[in-house]
Amino acid sequence: MYIYDDFDRTLVDERVREFRDQVARRLSGELTEEEFKPLRLMNGVYLQLHAYMLRIAIPYGTLSSDQLRMLAHVARRYDRNYGHFTTRQNIQFNWIKLEELPDATADLARVGLHGMQTSGNCVRNITTDQWAGVAPDEIEDPRIWAELLRQHLTLHPEFSFLPRKFKIALTASAHDRAAVKIHDIGLRMHRNGAGEAGFEVMVGGGLGRTPFLGKTIKPFLPKRDLLSYVEAIMRTYNQYGRRDNIYKARIKILVHELGAERFAREVEEEWRSIKDGALALDPAVVDDIAARFRYPDYEALADDPPELAQARADNRFRVWLDNSVSNHKLPGYAIVTLSLKPEGAPPGDATAQQMDAIADVAERYSFGEIRVGHEQNLALPHVAQRDLPALWRALDEIGVATPNVNLISDIIACPGLDYCSLANARSIPVAEEITRRFKDLDLARNLGRLHINISGCINACGHHHIGHIGILGVEKNGEEYYQVTIGGRADEGAELGKILGPAVPYGEIADVVEDIAAAYLELRERPDEIFIDTVARVGVDPFKERVYAAR
Amino acid sequence: MTSPLQQKLKVTGPVVVTANRLGDGAVVYRSADGSWTKDLAAAAVVTTTPAAIELLTAALADKLKAVDAYVAPVELTPQHVLPGNLRERIRFNGPTVALPGER
Repeated sequence: MYIYDDFDRTLVDERVREFRDQVARRLSGELTEEEFKPLRLMNGVYLQLHAYMLRIAIPYGTLSSDQLRMLAHVARRYDRNYGHFTTRQNIQFNWIKLEELPDATADLARVGLHGMQTSGNCVRNITTDQWAGVAPDEIEDPRIWAELLRQHLTLHPEFSFLPRKFKIALTASAHDRAAVKIHDIGLRMHRNGAGEAGFEVMVGGGLGRTPFLGKTIKPFLPKRDLLSYVEAIMRTYNQYGRRDNIYKARIKILVHELGAERFAREVEEEWRSIKDGALALDPAVVDDIAARFRYPDYEALADDPPELAQARADNRFRVWLDNSVSNHKLPGYAIVTLSLKPEGAPPGDATAQQMDAIADVAERYSFGEIRVGHEQNLALPHVAQRDLPALWRALDEIGVATPNVNLISDIIACPGLDYCSLANARSIPVAEEITRRFKDLDLARNLGRLHINISGCINACGHHHIGHIGILGVEKNGEEYYQVTIGGRADEGAELGKILGPAVPYGEIADVVEDIAAAYLELRERPDEIFIDTVARVGVDPFKERVYAAR
Repeated sequence: MTSPLQQKLKVTGPVVVTANRLGDGAVVYRSADGSWTKDLAAAAVVTTTPAAIELLTAALADKLKAVDAYVAPVELTPQHVLPGNLRERIRFNGPTVALPGER
């Protein structure tokens, strides 16, 4: 966990008081909606189809049990008993009342949570690997650098009114679990030839109506230069980014139009003037932040304790173990993913009761710490392997042990037209129907790693472009249609999917997914050739033929 | 000069004016007496562009009770006023999926 200091607490408390006053002035009529809207957005408050929505940042995806209990409390007291974990390490409450928002934000502030910079044209929640600090393949904990950036970019006066929103993600592992290539700035920590750790800097990634993968403009940036270089990128964007056309305002358009090389030259020029100034990092400052990330008092344990070997005799436990439990950097420990994707339910939703129960379980088995991943699942990062059987029983009881992590029913989906005022089509019922079609876990396991991403409109909150199977909802003459892409991926080998063919109506989209899955089973060379590799090998056409032959 | 509202709005069938209530965001409809109601059956239904503009202009002038007013289509049956498209049906009826904890 990160230990916030008085400065952080004061900042959040002051914002709560300020927002309470703003809400009161809006409700009394002193502020018009035009005046109030930018103020509520600065606090993560949107107006959706049926109600206000409050988006709360979960910095670097790390939550304490106390924080999760507070989220459960907010869900229960101010909302309809559940929350929705998003694709950017946020949680959203969909039914919150403006009249009650000041009290809700005050309650959240008691545990250091807030909605600042979860909306508006500023730097949004900085995201990273949900396994940060415990992943075996990690160079160092990327949250240190995410926190450094968070501190620098929170209420940064120069970057509070950017041309458009701005998203930053970091990874420090060889396997990218943070989808850094689809962010405005993606940072990948790696070592150079001399063995020093630094960052590959990618800019201009993003999805939406004009999807691009980030382009590398700095193959290796020394750690001391992280703040100054990010500052130089943001200044360049702030100066040249388009403010005349919302559809061309993101940095990806600027990088595309200028070209990555020219953009990099502009950044370098800006950087030269600031790199050795106040933003050059003092190692003592970094050490201070690193020291505030507290790790548990791990025991010296061995892998594969006898309790685990005995429990493997239970088939249901073994299936879950093989699917949802991952290697930890320390022997005798494990990382456990909690699936928020049960059959026939909205992806990423958790009830207040589940949140409370997970907080209790985390306290008992994971040193009071929970992680949130962009795949809309949770994780417990510090579980002793000997506790896995007991943990599994506890998780199974509350419905978060479906052994479908990374399988076809582990669907990423935006809220879609069931909630969102921007959406053209529904996402959730499509996801629910696909999970029903693939409820047979033997079939899902046979299909292997297969990511489906669903967005209800071109804004792509469900990241459909990078789904192995991507589904985009569109509207045609008042009816919902769905355009399918295949071959996208979010990891270190990120790719944008290719369109399969004409969009299909709502009633056929689950059939199309079944057809694609059946085609894959016929086309794969061997059982361990995963879907995305088959698509890369054979291309889109064999899938297209299968899907459209009968349509 | 033509107002932006007149430029955009072209009414070809029955419509109502809808918005979200300021205090809680609930879906509301403009009624003939100038109040807001959650009951679509009590909404003022108009069928011409000038009448829709008049209804919308009055709704937008109310800065306190409702937010983001706009004109939405409805279907009229002998007994009922029904939302005119999927978006409006979802606004009227709520999400089409069971809410977590309700299933």
